[in-house]
Amino acid sequence: MIVVPCPNCGPRNSGDLRNCGENIPRPDPSTASLVEWREYLYMRENPAGWVSETWYCRGGCRRYFTVQRNTMTNEIRGQEAS
Amino acid sequence: MGKRPAKYSAAALIKHGLTRGDWPRMWRRPEMRDSYDVVIIGAGLHGLATAYYLAENHGITNIAVVDKGYVGGGGSGRNTAIVRSNYLTPEGVAFYDRSLSLYKTMANDLNLNVMFSERGHLTLAHTDSALRTMHWRAEVNKLQGIDSSVIDPQEVKKQAPSLDVSDNTRYPILGALHHPPGGIVRHDAVVWGYARGADHHGVHIIQETEVLDITVEGGSGPGGKGAGGKVTGVKTSRGDISAPVVVNCTAGWASLISNMAGVPLPITTHPLQAAVTEPCKVFLPTVVVSGSLHVYVSQTDRGELVFGASVDPVGTYRVNGTLEFTEELAGHVLELMPGISKMRLLRQWSGLCDMTPDYSPVMGFTPVEGYLVDVGWGTYGFKAGPVAGETLAETIATGRTADLISPFGIERFTHGDLVGEKGAAAVGH
Repeated sequence: MIVVPCPNCGPRNSGDLRNCGENIPRPDPSTASLVEWREYLYMRENPAGWVSETWYCRGGCRRYFTVQRNTMTNEIRGQEAS
Repeated sequence: MGKRPAKYSAAALIKHGLTRGDWPRMWRRPEMRDSYDVVIIGAGLHGLATAYYLAENHGITNIAVVDKGYVGGGGSGRNTAIVRSNYLTPEGVAFYDRSLSLYKTMANDLNLNVMFSERGHLTLAHTDSALRTMHWRAEVNKLQGIDSSVIDPQEVKKQAPSLDVSDNTRYPILGALHHPPGGIVRHDAVVWGYARGADHHGVHIIQETEVLDITVEGGSGPGGKGAGGKVTGVKTSRGDISAPVVVNCTAGWASLISNMAGVPLPITTHPLQAAVTEPCKVFLPTVVVSGSLHVYVSQTDRGELVFGASVDPVGTYRVNGTLEFTEELAGHVLELMPGISKMRLLRQWSGLCDMTPDYSPVMGFTPVEGYLVDVGWGTYGFKAGPVAGETLAETIATGRTADLISPFGIERFTHGDLVGEKGAAAVGH
């Protein structure tokens, strides 16, 4: 079980939230080429170690926030609202 | 040396038993050389099948298959051994059907009993929309000559009498996609068969040797890697190997290996959990899949029920089992088969699945010359193993992407030409 610390709701089982994946800078839709846009959509770093990612507290406060999670151990630290 | 490795027989057993010793190893433990024509990373089903078909079909035998663990220790030994070809897209159907036909003749081709059991495959529909997708798949399949049709609950009951097809369940069974050519195979035997066959042709299987880096020259990225570059070899924990062709046949670690060559992949890695019960008398004649209930089940020749589920929702490389999975699985299985409520689970395990956005693999050439990928096998890598090896071997030997895998190239993610298989691959196997 992964326990995710929601800034509002406190520690929650990951089943109560949705993992939105690693944080990737979003290109400006008005200037990005199709290739850049698709790279943003599909390509992932998928690291084995610490990753900055977004969670959605769907079963609680319904806010999005960012945490650092280690994908090898699922240890989580440093959450902040995003 | 014959064309095929020797068959295991009662006569051989008696002979080796009487001579006390000289039991031949299935494959050697060769000394690693410092140069090969082809280096394949990952000694699982895909890597070994590729090596085998390179040697068998194309006469290329100066190959090293390098693995940081042991033969078949990853997804090849953790899957639920189901094979089928009733996919949703025409590209997928043609590809997986070739794999199924290779499985049918495999025991003879490899001279090893892989216990292929063609027992039929049922994909249950519990909702109108699921039933609609089943009809869609059945029609796509029929057009390509695949035996696949939609059957009603009474017929489902005939195929698998232990299923509860009444209206008194939370998700009543409305019908099913019936695929008679589907079945199960002894997955370890398949890996051993390819390893033995490849070794017989002189391929070096180098276990317990981790690839630390892929060396690339002339690329546009940092360190000369990335697009436009050319592969020169790999650095391993036992020294460097120079090779003009390096193939990434890993699962679970595909992104990390590919980043070594400067080729990013559209993959997130998720664990998939499976479980097996204690053995009991055989009562389940077919493979049963329920997408809505996130479960698939088959009964092995030993009588154990093998269960699989959908991938865990959070991407991670950690492969420990969870109680949530066991509880959910038990609830869903009992919904389908209330009669097995007293059976006990023997064990549960998990493996890593490399999920792509469209539930199709990523295969073939990459922007780095000489670096090929055979990755992104999500939850469908076992059933595709033989055809992946065959087509990748053809691609390497001829320098031209094999027709069957041309839809699965990495460039589809820059062209936006995805092969959406989620409707037939998300849970159902």
